Amino acid sequence: MAQELAAAGAFASIPELLARNVKEFGDRPAYREKEFGIWQSWTWAQAAEEIQNLALGMLALGIERGDHVAIIGRNRPALYWGMVAAQRAGAVPVPLYQDAVTEEMEYVLENCGARFVICGDQEQVDKVIEVQEKIHHIEHVIYYDKRGLRKYDHSHLHWYHDIQEEGRVAHARLEDEMAVREAELNYDSTCVMLYTSGTTGRPKGVVLSNRNIIESAKNSSEFDNLGLNEDVLAYLPMAWVGDFIFSLGQAMWSGFCVNCPESADTLMSDLREIGPTYYFAPPRVFETQLTNVMIRMEDSGDLKYALFHHFMDFAKKGAGEKYGMPRRKVTTEKKTLEQKVRHGFRYAMGIGFAVETLVENAIRLGFTKLRHPVQTRKYFKAKDPIGLKLYRGKLQEYFKYRCGDVLVYGPLKDTLGFGRIRVGYTAGEAIGPEIFEFYRSMGINLKQLYGQTEATVFITVQPDGEVRNDTVGVPAPGVEIRLAENGEIFYRSPGTFVEYYNNPESTADTKDAEGWVATGDAGFFDKTNGHLRIIDRAKDVGKMADGRMFAPKYVENKLKFYPDILEAVVFGNDRNMCTAFINIDLTAVGNWAERNNVAYASYQELAGHPDVLSTIQEHVETVNKSVAEDEMLSGCQIHRFLILHKELDADDGEMTRTRKVRRKVVEEKYAPLIDALYSGKSEQFIDTEVTYEDGRKGSIKATLDIRDAVVVGDKQGMAAE
Amino acid sequence: MSLDTNADSYVTADGRTIGPVVMDLKNITLRFGGVVAIKDISFDIREGEIRAIIGPNGAGKSSMLNVISGFYKPQEGEVWFRGAKRPPMKPFQVARQGLARTFQNIALFDGMTVLDNIMTGRLNHMTSNMFQQAVWKGKAEREELANREVCEKVIDFLEIQHIRKTPVGRLPYGLKKRVELARALAAEPSLLLLDEPMAGMNVEEKEDMSRFILDMNDEFGTTIALIEHDMGVVMDLSDRVVVMDYGKKIGDGTPEEVRNNQDVIDAYLGVAHD
Repeated sequence: MAQELAAAGAFASIPELLARNVKEFGDRPAYREKEFGIWQSWTWAQAAEEIQNLALGMLALGIERGDHVAIIGRNRPALYWGMVAAQRAGAVPVPLYQDAVTEEMEYVLENCGARFVICGDQEQVDKVIEVQEKIHHIEHVIYYDKRGLRKYDHSHLHWYHDIQEEGRVAHARLEDEMAVREAELNYDSTCVMLYTSGTTGRPKGVVLSNRNIIESAKNSSEFDNLGLNEDVLAYLPMAWVGDFIFSLGQAMWSGFCVNCPESADTLMSDLREIGPTYYFAPPRVFETQLTNVMIRMEDSGDLKYALFHHFMDFAKKGAGEKYGMPRRKVTTEKKTLEQKVRHGFRYAMGIGFAVETLVENAIRLGFTKLRHPVQTRKYFKAKDPIGLKLYRGKLQEYFKYRCGDVLVYGPLKDTLGFGRIRVGYTAGEAIGPEIFEFYRSMGINLKQLYGQTEATVFITVQPDGEVRNDTVGVPAPGVEIRLAENGEIFYRSPGTFVEYYNNPESTADTKDAEGWVATGDAGFFDKTNGHLRIIDRAKDVGKMADGRMFAPKYVENKLKFYPDILEAVVFGNDRNMCTAFINIDLTAVGNWAERNNVAYASYQELAGHPDVLSTIQEHVETVNKSVAEDEMLSGCQIHRFLILHKELDADDGEMTRTRKVRRKVVEEKYAPLIDALYSGKSEQFIDTEVTYEDGRKGSIKATLDIRDAVVVGDKQGMAAE
Repeated sequence: MSLDTNADSYVTADGRTIGPVVMDLKNITLRFGGVVAIKDISFDIREGEIRAIIGPNGAGKSSMLNVISGFYKPQEGEVWFRGAKRPPMKPFQVARQGLARTFQNIALFDGMTVLDNIMTGRLNHMTSNMFQQAVWKGKAEREELANREVCEKVIDFLEIQHIRKTPVGRLPYGLKKRVELARALAAEPSLLLLDEPMAGMNVEEKEDMSRFILDMNDEFGTTIALIEHDMGVVMDLSDRVVVMDYGKKIGDGTPEEVRNNQDVIDAYLGVAHD
C-alpha cells in the first residue's frame, strides 16, 4: 500500500510522488476518460510520459520558474497532466472555473499574471482571446480539443499534442534543465494557487505549498484507508480545492485511478459505469437523486412500490447503520475457505429470503387486487417472508437486511451508481436529515466534512461509525481547533495556506502570526461526542438579554428541513426569549389540504387554518426538543410563533434575489407582529403593503393567531411567560 | 465581396479553399404530368463550399434536391458529377457515389437507438456478406469495429453522447434533427444535402446547428448543399446562393449579390400585378 511506502517528507512534491507511482505501480491505471463511447485508460507510466513531454514542450516555449499557468476546462486527464507538467517545469498551476464569464476570468488572469494558459476547447480559447485584448501578459495559449480552432491565428496558439511533440524532440536538450528545476521543488515551494469563489467581494488567490497538499492528502487518505484500488469520478470544477485534493493530491498519494466523464450530460450514466468507491457531492446532488427515485417509485408497479417502502422503513430504523455499512478496508488478500463459506451462506440466505418474499407478496397482492381492484396500492402492504420467523432477534434483523439488499438496496444503489461506494462525502451546506438517512440506511457510507480552501479542504471530518446528520465531525488528523468567545472557529493545521497572492492585508486579517486561521463561521463542540457543530456565520450570531448565545440560522435551518415550512425567521437578539415567523410551503401544505379535504381559497386562508397551525406547532415543538439537547443553544427554543399571511418576497424587499431573508427589513415591516409576539397577545391585526409583479402596490389585511409552543427545561423562558 | 468566384479555385474571407466544380446541373427540367416543377435550371456546386438553395414555398427546392440525390429523374437536362455525366441511377447507387442527405420530415427509425440509427449510415461502407455476418468472427467483426469508430467520432462531433443509447422515438425534435445529420455524416459523404436543417427549431438550436454545419465543412471538408427558409442563417452560412421561384432560377451568386437582386426581392416581398 502506498501509505506504507514512505513517511511524509520523503516526497516533497507532486512530481516526486508521480515518479514513485511510476516506479511502484507503473502499469496500474492512473487515469481513465470516456471518449468515443469507450473508457480509455492510461497507466501511471503512460501518464508520466505524457506529462514529461508536455513539460518539456512548455520549457521549449520558454516557461520560467514561478510562472503561473492558468488551466481552464472541464475535467480531463490532459488538464490534470497540464497541472503536473507545469510543476515539473518549475511553474505554478492555477486552475480556473470553466463556467466563469469573460469579465471574471479577466480579473483572475490579470491578478495571477499568467504567461501560459492551457484551455480545454474552443469555448475557453475564445474567452482567453477576448481577455487578451485588455491584458497583454498572456504569451502562449495551449488547447486540447482541436475542433473549430483550425482557422485561428496560431502564432501564439498551440495544440496540446504539438507541444508534446516538440517536447519529445527537444528531450535531450531540455532534460537536464527540467531535472534541475524539479530538484529545486521542496516542501515549502508553491504547489498550486486556487482562487476562492468570491461570494463576498473579489476572488482571492490562495497559495498552497507542497506541504499543505501532501500532508492533507496523506492524512485524509490514512483517515479513510484510501488505497490503490479506489476509483473516483472527477466531475467537480477543477478550480475547486476539493477536486484538486481528491483528483490530484490523494490520487497521487494513494495511487488510485481518476475517472473523467465523457461530458457533463453523460455524468449520471458514466457514474453508473464506473461505480466509484470514493465519492464527493454537494447536498444538492443527493437531494435531486432522492427526488428522482421517489418520483420513479410513485410510477412503479404495486409490488415494487410496497416492497420499496417496506424495506426502506426497516432500514431507516437503524438496521442500515448496523448491517449495511461497507467494510472499512478493501483487502486484496485472498479469502480463506471459512470466509468463502460464510459469505456464500450469507448471500444464499439473502437470495433465498428474497425469492420467498417475492412469491409470498405477489400472492398476497393478487388477493388484495381481487378485493380492492382500484385502490390496491393503498390497501396492500408488503410483509416479511414467513421463513424469517424461524429466526429471532438480531439474526432475524440481519437476514431481513440481507434480503432487502437483494431486493431493494442493492439494485437501487446500482441504479444510482453508488454500488461500490466505500466512502462518500458531502459538504458545503447543511444536508436534510431525511436525505442523509435515506442514503445511509441503504448502506452508503455517506459522511460530512467541514473545510475550506484556506485549510486545503479538511478542518473536521466524521470518522466511520460516528456519523450524525447535524454535526460535521471531529478535527481532521493534524488539525487544531480553537473557539473564540463569540463561537467563531479558528484552526491551525499542516494544510493551512501560505498566503493570499499579492494581498498581505487579507492574509494578515485571516491568519495570525501563530498560524491560526479565522473561518468566519461560528460553532461549538457537542459535549457528548466531541463533534463540531456549525451554527451560522460568526457575524450573524448574537446574544440574548441574559447573555446566552443566539444563533437564528441554526434554528431556522432545522425548521426548514420540514417540507411544510418554506421559510422561517427567528427573533431573539437582546430579548429574553425567542419567537418566530413562519412561511408555509404552498405546494406541500396545499397537497396536504387536498388529501385531507381542506378547502381553501388563498394562501392567506390556508396559512390561517387551525389544522395547519397545529401541524406547524408540532414541528416547532420537535425542533425545540432537539435544540434543547445543546446546552449552549437551549436558549434559542421558540416560545411563540405565528404563520405569516403572505410569502416573504424579493419584490417587497424582504428577501435578496438569492432568497436570503433580510432580517432588518422584516423586523421593521412587521414590527406590530413582533410586539404582539413579545407582549403575550393571542392575535394581532396587520395591514401589509405588497408590490405586485407589475410594480403596482396593494395591501393585505389580516388578523393572525399567535401560538405558544412547548419548550423544554428553559427556566428563563418560563419566567418570562 | 470582391472575390472572383468564377476562378478555378479561390480562398474565402474566412480562409477556406473552394475547389473546382463537383456537381454540375445542366438545363434540368422536371415535370409531373402537366405540372412543371423545375424549368430549365442550371447551376453548379463547387468543392468545399456551402451552397444554399432558397425560394418561396412551392418553388421546387426540394424537387431539385431530389433530382440531385437521384430520387427524381429529370425529363430533360444532365447531371454531371465529378466531371462525368451521371447516367440514370437508383438513389442507393447515388449514395454509393458519396452523396448523403437529411430529410425535411425526419426519416429515422423510431424504435432503434441513436447509435443504431447512425450505424445505418455506414451501410454503404460494409462489404461483408450475410454469411460472414452470421459467423461474425473475422471480417464482420473487424468491419463493425471500424464502422463503430466512425460513428463514435460523429457522435462526439455532434455532442450527442448522452443520448447514444436512447431510442430515437423518445427524443425531442431538435435532437432528432441532429441525429439525422449524424446519420448522414456517418456515411462520410463528399456532398451532403440538407433539406431544411433548421425548420421548427428555436434560436438556440439554430445556433447549434449552424455551428455544426460550419464545423463540418471546416473539419471534414464536406461540400454542403442546403435548403433553408431562415434568411439570416442562409446569408451567414453560405458561400453562394441559388434562388428559385415557380420552378425557375431567378438569382445565383454570393449572398451579397442575391440580396440586392431585384427579382429576388420581388419574389420574397411580392410585386403589384398590373
